[in-house]
Order: sequence, then C-alpha cells, then structure tokens
Amino acid sequence: MIQLVNVEKTYYSKAGNIEALKKTNLEIRDGEIFGIIGLSGAGKSTLIRCINMLEVPTGGQVFVDGQEMTALSGAALRKARQNIGMIFQHFNLLASRTVEENVAFPLEIQGLPKDQIRVRVAELLKLVQLDTRKDYYPSQLSGGQKQRVGIARALASNPKVLLSDEATSALDPQTTQSILALLKDINRKLNLTIVLITHQMEVVKEICDRVAVIENGNILEEGSMYRVFTNPQQDTTKEFVRTVNDIKLPPLFRKDRVKQSYFPGAKLIVNLEFLSDPDAPETKDGTADAYQPVVSTIIKKFGVDVNILSGKVDYLKDAPYGTLLVEVIGGEDAIRQSLAYLESVHVKREVLGYVG
Amino acid sequence: MSDNLMELLAASLGETLYMVVVAIAIACLLGIPLGIILTITRKDHILPNAPVHNILGAIVNAIRSVPFIILMVAIIPFTRLVVGSSIGTTAAIVPLTITCAPFVARIIESSMLEIDPGVIEMAQSMGASPWQIIWKVMLPESLHSIFLGITLALISLIGASAMAGALGGGGLGDLAIRYGYQRFQTDVMVATVIVLIVLVQGVQSIGNTVSRKLNKNKIS
Repeated sequence: MIQLVNVEKTYYSKAGNIEALKKTNLEIRDGEIFGIIGLSGAGKSTLIRCINMLEVPTGGQVFVDGQEMTALSGAALRKARQNIGMIFQHFNLLASRTVEENVAFPLEIQGLPKDQIRVRVAELLKLVQLDTRKDYYPSQLSGGQKQRVGIARALASNPKVLLSDEATSALDPQTTQSILALLKDINRKLNLTIVLITHQMEVVKEICDRVAVIENGNILEEGSMYRVFTNPQQDTTKEFVRTVNDIKLPPLFRKDRVKQSYFPGAKLIVNLEFLSDPDAPETKDGTADAYQPVVSTIIKKFGVDVNILSGKVDYLKDAPYGTLLVEVIGGEDAIRQSLAYLESVHVKREVLGYVG
Repeated sequence: MSDNLMELLAASLGETLYMVVVAIAIACLLGIPLGIILTITRKDHILPNAPVHNILGAIVNAIRSVPFIILMVAIIPFTRLVVGSSIGTTAAIVPLTITCAPFVARIIESSMLEIDPGVIEMAQSMGASPWQIIWKVMLPESLHSIFLGITLALISLIGASAMAGALGGGGLGDLAIRYGYQRFQTDVMVATVIVLIVLVQGVQSIGNTVSRKLNKNKIS
C-alpha cells in the first residue's frame, strides 16, 4: 500500500544541516496497522509527514496505493491527499465549527453537495459514537471525544490510508485504550491501512501488526510486532520493550545474594517466556510454548520443586504472551536436566542466577 | 443655548460617525486582503514569498510611522484628486482610511498568526487549497480576534477623526476646538468630551460582546 524508496529529508539552514531522515526504505502492506516507534526527535514525525507530502522529501520516492506522491504537486497532490486521512496528537479541530461541521470539513473541501455531506457525517458520527454530540463545539468535549471527532473527520472521504501522528499521546490511559480499540475496529471493518507513530510501547503492543523502531533518522529494526517485542535486537528496542515488560528480581533477592554459578543447596532463579508468535507454524497448529504445561512437566519429570515468584500473561495485539519468574529447587543434576528440557521445548528462558 | 448645544452636538456626532464608519469600511476592504497576504507569504506559511512579504511589510510600516496630522497635510493633493476637495468631512475620510488600512492589515496578520499551525496543517493534509484554507480555516478561526482588533482600529479612528476636525474636517473634534477651545465655551468642551467617552465605551462594549459571541473556545 505504501512504499518508501530511499526517502531522505534534510533541513538546510545557516546554522547547519539537519538530517532528519536518512535513506529510508519501508513497505507497508495493505490493511495492516504499522507502528513507527521512536523517542522525540528520532525522525518519526518527519517520516509520517513524508507519506502525505506535508514534508517534501529531499530525496527518494514515496508511493501510496501505486501512485508516486513525490511526483505530484499542486492540485494533483491535493487530490491524492484526499485519499489519505490523518489524525493528530492535539486533534487540530476547528474551534469555530461544531462537531458536525468539523467532520464535514474534508467533504466541503471536495465540494460535495450539502445533503450528501449531511448523510455521510451522520454515518461517521455513529461510527465513532458521537451522534448525540453533533452540535457541540470542540471546547465542550473531552480529549477522547475530540480525538473521535478527529477520527471521524479523517475517515470522511473514505481514505485508503490513515496516518496517526501520536494520536493517543495527549490522552489518559483509559481514553487511550478506547481510542486504540476504535482504531483496531475501523482497521478491521474498513480494511483501512493505518500507519501510526508513537513513543509509547503500550500503543504498539496493543494494536500493531508490524513495527519499525527509528532513531536518529535511521530505522534500527523492523518486523512483526510479536517478533520485535519478544526478541528485540537493538538496545533502543530493548529499552522500549522494558517500558511495558520489565522483569525485576523481587527485592528479597538482592544482587549480592545472587550468584552466577551453582553451589550446593542453591536454588535456580529463571525467567521463562511463553511465546505464541502469530506468524510461527507452532502457533497455528496449537503447539506453541504458550500452550505447553512445561512447569508441571519439569516438576514431574525431574522431581524439582518450582516456586513462582512473579508472572503475567499478556496479549500482544491478540496473541498471548506470558512471562514467569520462578525458582527451581532441587539437586544440581535435576536443575541441569530441567534447563535442558526447557531448551528442548523452545521455552525462552533467562537464567538470572542462583541463590542460597 | 442648551438647545443650540444639543443641535451642534448631534450634527457633529453625525459627522464623526460618517467619517469613521466610511473610513473603517474602506480600510477593512483594503486592510483585510493586505493582512491576509502579509500572513500567508510569511516563511513557513501556506504561500511563502519573501519579496512580497517584505515589500508590503515595508509599505505598511512606512505609512504607520507617519504621524496622522502630517500624513493628512502631506496627501492633500491626493485627497483633492479623489474627492475633489481637501477640506470638509468627506475629504477627511481619505487620510483616515489611509492611516487605518495598514493598522487593520497588522491586526488581521496578528489575529491569524494566533491560529494553531496544526489546524492549517490539518487542512493541508485533507487536500485543501490555499484559497480554501483562507476562507474555511483562517478567517473563521480568527474572526473573534479580528473583531476585537477592528474595534481597536475604530476607536483609534475616532481619536484621529477629532484631529481631522482641526483641518476643517468637521465632527466632534472640530466642535471642541472651535467652540470649546477657541471661544472658551467650557460647557461645549465638556459636553463633547462626554459624548466621545460614551461613543468609545459603546463601541468597545459592542466589540467585546460580538467577539465573545464569535469565540467558541470558551465553554459557555
């Protein structure tokens, strides 16, 4: 649906040139929710604005739905932009217009007849559950309601692509969840391709199919969200994952008590991750780690005791993902055998050490 | 005398209103487009154009730096060309308009710069043309602020019109000078000042009310 080919953006100024985006290649598929995560100043804002040419790239090509955006200008570019909806962190509603009039805005721009606009706007307000608020002004709405108006407005012209510029960053966690649920819903219902930029791993985890991590104008890594989340390669990515999935030793096990190698009578502290990557074959046939009773197996097989210290089962978009921090109590051999077994069934594990 | 005073006041008030209303109307006609051009040709705005912006800006600044009384005398030939005479109430409208139009332009510009750039970016992302951005975004979004600014311009015009009176322009200023000052009729002077105060108060409160009505930003 969207291809970026060697896209670059450099800001030239007397004080020096800033390379906001270095040679970037990206392919976003039809109907997916693609997340671009990065800290502020990483270049994600520039990247998303290159897609609808709000920022004109200084090099490379951008294709949206087969059309080369970078070759367009003037009226042709404006026409092409009408197929790309956009929502914003600060909503960017027109304060002088009511909810209804705000949603009508892009349709007025396209010169649709008034009665047609009215029908379409009513449909959209129903979709975002704001049909009872149509005569309100933006100042009378909550943040979440404002973003719903923004979404309705962005969808008004039946775009194929929706660009989301930090759409949930100004909202509280609860409202964020409801906006993300709405985005997921319209993605499914309308088969709309969504590209979102964010600095919140929560958002990526909740709705993205694929994700790219950006830093200093470079894409560090890119892949399925499940893969990037459960097996991050770059330090920045690991940092992002840690913001939502931080495994800490309970305070009881202070660093000085944890030894790196086995000593007689020690208990093994290990963190287990149960994966069910939606793209992996073992998930499709139901043999994924997340579905395996590995803990009870090692207890029965090797006669160890397992004590659960902490754990959680979470969902990455719709795929289950669990972590369990356990201590394994038994002799040296039993512990070694247990670890070997866990390895054989592909449970991802991280040995944190041994305690007395 | 009192009846006479009332008549004089009513006639002068009429002249003042005539000068000011016609002048502000023409000044808006000139100043609003000028202000819009000054805004959109700024760098980072929708149609950046440094030469146009700088030249118009320089002209606006030049006119605004000339004291009104000097401007009025300086453009006498032009005034005569436009209205056929350089003396009288109608003639006073010409310098009043010329002094006011650049002021209106700056008011429009500063009102429009208050609009969140994100809103303009939104309109661009929806495929709006510069013309649509001006009509559907910039003007409606800044209208309440523009109204307040034009109120300000109107009040400064009332002040300037009193000065125009000194050069045979008629109006309340003329009345105050001829009767109040030159004939030592303190009652006329006081009455004129009271009328001016009431007029300015009235204009300001109408301006405030309309602007408040237009401003949908506040929860009402």
